[in-house]
Amino acid sequence: MIAIIKYSGGNVRSVLNAIARLGLKGNVTSDASEILQADKVIFPGQGRAKPAMEDLNKQKLDEVIKKIEAPFLGICLGMQLLLPFSEEDDTKCLGVIPGKVKRFPNQDTEGNKLNVPLIGWNNVKQKKDDPLFKDVPDNSYFYFVNSYYADPESAAILGETKYGLNFASVVKKDNYYGVQFHPEKSGEVGEKLFKNFIGM
Amino acid sequence: MLTKRIIACMDVAEGRIVKGEKYTNFRDAGDPIAVAKEYSDMGVDELVFLDIKASVENRETTYNLVKKVAQEINIPFAVAGGVKTVEDVKNLLNSGADKVGIETAAVLNPDLINQAAEKFGSQCIVVSISPKRQDGSGWELYIKGGREATGVDAIGFSQDMAKRGAGELMVNSMDQDGTRAGYDLELLRAISDSVSIPVIASSGAGKMEHFLQAFQEGKADAALAASIFHYREIEVPELKKYLARNGIPVRLQIK
Repeated sequence: MIAIIKYSGGNVRSVLNAIARLGLKGNVTSDASEILQADKVIFPGQGRAKPAMEDLNKQKLDEVIKKIEAPFLGICLGMQLLLPFSEEDDTKCLGVIPGKVKRFPNQDTEGNKLNVPLIGWNNVKQKKDDPLFKDVPDNSYFYFVNSYYADPESAAILGETKYGLNFASVVKKDNYYGVQFHPEKSGEVGEKLFKNFIGM
Repeated sequence: MLTKRIIACMDVAEGRIVKGEKYTNFRDAGDPIAVAKEYSDMGVDELVFLDIKASVENRETTYNLVKKVAQEINIPFAVAGGVKTVEDVKNLLNSGADKVGIETAAVLNPDLINQAAEKFGSQCIVVSISPKRQDGSGWELYIKGGREATGVDAIGFSQDMAKRGAGELMVNSMDQDGTRAGYDLELLRAISDSVSIPVIASSGAGKMEHFLQAFQEGKADAALAASIFHYREIEVPELKKYLARNGIPVRLQIK
């Protein structure tokens, strides 16, 4: 069973559609036992960190997420919430992966204007081999939409992307994966990566 | 590196793609899902569905189309046309649209942009503007499908929209629309220089060179076209190769 965590910050439909395109079915749930018994857990995310965390805390899903042993995939805000702290409204987050979530600067290192949010297709440099990248060519393009980026401990970085600076676009610690981009909106390459996760 | 986006726009009415003279004499030009899939396979980076007959009666048809597109297509897409309220935005997003385009209502009720951005996030709010060059200087905004002048200055309005939480600006030049003589580069540059959100060039593309100009001289982040893609006058893979040869970062590898 693939559980998709239901809370106020999730963009569930596009994840459900992506799972359906693989011929599978996802279970959208906020039930602790269903989440803990799932074979895979997907944690989508969109919007702001603070209301998302408030809702997770209220539903006691923060504690549930920390207990998950199955392969786990945080998407976009769902990845950022895995870190202990976000500069977005100075929000205390889950702390599954050490580090901090920061806002993109308004200029790149050469002083050129940097649009925020980052919107569009950008490449991911694979820093380590991982089953998540099976058949996904290095420097493949994925679709990003974010104003903040994760700056985790370096041991957790699987993939990196450049936008003004290099940031972690794919992270992993134990069974927890996080991707900053939207695999469900990243064409065939995104579908491959998504399939790799589902197949774990 | 972030790539420049190529966006294909489809005019839809009652669930089908239509072509023809603006707002009259529609000609059925195909199934939006099939065409969207073709575009996606060709390497188009994003899709826009413009509901040109948007009205209360056929809203449901549009929502059903959006649901189907979201099921079948795995690249981002926006839906625009007749969006007036936060409820309209919500219904389109819940149907599976990644972004919603707002034009006339952004001028008549600018608070809608604050409310929608606050509620759903800036990333899904695209403000579409239709400026027309004025005799003296600058550009005036038109609304209601280009039928009504507003007296509003396009540059100041763009800045205001960015402040209110628009995630992107789509710029449809009234002067260039349908000419195939190229985008309004001066307008694009003026807007790109005055906001810190992505700018989408629209109206006027006729040749591959026009896309290059939109990125180089217009400083646009994305360029949109409709009929030249629909009638295969420009093939997207060729366009992307051409842009790459000219130093524009584009998404070439799509598998």
